[in-house]
Amino acid sequence: MELLFALVIGALTASGVYLLLRARTFPVIMGLTLLSYGVNLFLFATGRLATGQQPVIGTAASYSDPLPQALVLTAIVIGFAMTAFLVVLALRNLADNENDHVDGQREKPSPPSKHEQEVSSK
Amino acid sequence: MTHWLIAPILIPLLGGILQVFMGYAPISLRRTLAIATTVLMLVSAVVLLTLASDDSYRIYAFGNWQPPFGIVLVLDRLAALMLVLTAVLGLFCHIYASGGADEGNRQFHALFLFQLMGLNIAFLTGDLFNLFVAFEVLLIASYGLLMHGGGTTRTVPGLHYVVLNLAGSALFLISVGIIYSVTGTLNMADLAVKIPQVTGSNLNLVKAGGMMLLVVFGLKAAILPLCFWLPKAYAKATAPVAALFAIMTKVGIYAIVRIYPLIFGEGAGELAHLGMDWLFPLALITLSMGVIGALGADSLKTLVAWQVIISVGTLLAPIALGSVAGLSAALFYLVSTTWTVAALFLVSELVANQRGTASDNIVTAPKMRHRTFLSVLFLIGAVAAAGLPPLSGFFGKLLILQSVEPGVEMAWLWGVLLVGSFLTLIAYSRAGSIVFWRNVDGHLETPEPMNNRVSISTGILTCLTMLIVVLAGPVSDYTRATAEQLHDSRGYINILQTPVHIPQNPLVGETN
Repeated sequence: MELLFALVIGALTASGVYLLLRARTFPVIMGLTLLSYGVNLFLFATGRLATGQQPVIGTAASYSDPLPQALVLTAIVIGFAMTAFLVVLALRNLADNENDHVDGQREKPSPPSKHEQEVSSK
Repeated sequence: MTHWLIAPILIPLLGGILQVFMGYAPISLRRTLAIATTVLMLVSAVVLLTLASDDSYRIYAFGNWQPPFGIVLVLDRLAALMLVLTAVLGLFCHIYASGGADEGNRQFHALFLFQLMGLNIAFLTGDLFNLFVAFEVLLIASYGLLMHGGGTTRTVPGLHYVVLNLAGSALFLISVGIIYSVTGTLNMADLAVKIPQVTGSNLNLVKAGGMMLLVVFGLKAAILPLCFWLPKAYAKATAPVAALFAIMTKVGIYAIVRIYPLIFGEGAGELAHLGMDWLFPLALITLSMGVIGALGADSLKTLVAWQVIISVGTLLAPIALGSVAGLSAALFYLVSTTWTVAALFLVSELVANQRGTASDNIVTAPKMRHRTFLSVLFLIGAVAAAGLPPLSGFFGKLLILQSVEPGVEMAWLWGVLLVGSFLTLIAYSRAGSIVFWRNVDGHLETPEPMNNRVSISTGILTCLTMLIVVLAGPVSDYTRATAEQLHDSRGYINILQTPVHIPQNPLVGETN
């Protein structure tokens, strides 16, 4: 289980970082979301992976640590709010700059395609 | 357990909630209530300062859980100093904002108060994860404030700021997770006990966690490789917001000062002074980078934004060396530079309003109105920022220079700081002489009138630098005592033994 868990966290983080480095805001938001999934799973694992154990000390010989679960809940709530804000900000960027680029650059006007030239000549 | 500790958090929280529901109330009522909230916060901060100056630690344990369980607020000299610094800054920025900058967004005052609340939580908390939450609270309010006001120029810097800070939050969570997985605690005092006991392969895990935390705090504080988001974001923000943000980089510095001497201090065995040998050269390069940026700035606000980075470098260099005298000098300079930079942001905006289309760009323009008043304020701010006598920046830098012991570090710090200050002086003189002295003929189309609230708040904030000079003795005594208190981590660890309030009748829950 440990290996699978570690691989999942690694894959999520790697894809998150890759997407974070893209030039459009949409992949960046997706990247941050994946990154926060990876981080949440990681936080969860800091209490050690165990199944079928009670979360309170003293009720069993071995227990599963409840604190990381509380931390993950907090992190999920905060991450959710931040993502919502970022989506709105990205939409505003799109509206202000008519472009999805993270630096707000306008794309260079590309030469009209043949089809468009034909349409305009008619 | 005194309940005053929660006041600087509760007051802006309640005031902010009130503002959320008053979005459609008359603006004068909203302003009055908002400023009254900030004044109350200042009063509570001053009360805490007087409480803290007896060198003891006070804790506030939520839910009466005995630390290290549960979350605690801890009041010591450093926390109280930062609270007062923030409250004074917040008050003058708030008065400035009520001079017209708060129009156009019904939730401005709510966001402003939530921002202050986040700052206060960060300064008071004694729990690493709670520090993360505080960072998120102040960040989400700052995202809103940064985007406040019209215009599309803020969108892109705002987007960069948000994305960078979200990536920083992810790093923060990872490092907190690593540290928790080894030590099993997040209470700072308990961490200071547990980390020296870490051995074997866990040592490298904690080291990785601690270094990642330093990266996160470096991002907040804008240390060199992580500082390029700052000038654009700050220069584009509305003046009172940019001025309030002068304290935001200091939160990163506060976190470094709070956590590293305590958890990775001299008692931490193999982990002692973790990362500090990296911090010193980085601080000096940050300082140089800030000076280069200031020399190349094309507008007053950009110039002041680079001044923020200069002051970060100046502050972190003596902190990284870790002596009591250095820490004390850095804290003195921190008070001075925060207020000065904030005042310069406000002055820049006033200048921009009087110059029509030339705005705050460093170009020749027709003569502005109120030139004498504004140029005097700019002069005071520039002298304090560049560190010329007789204003407080000079004393701060002098204390920093004095605090270094002879050696290689001294040569580097003296060289970089003195040359840097000289070049900063050139940047300010160039900007000031072009903006205020070189006028072309012509007249401006209807400059915006200056009202009393704006001019008085800017004036007083600028003149606080003189107040620090007058009170230099008590202030430096206070910062020296703060540095000594920080250096001796036993006091902080002792809060674990503090008995919290025990209910009068322990059987009350069982008489059901």
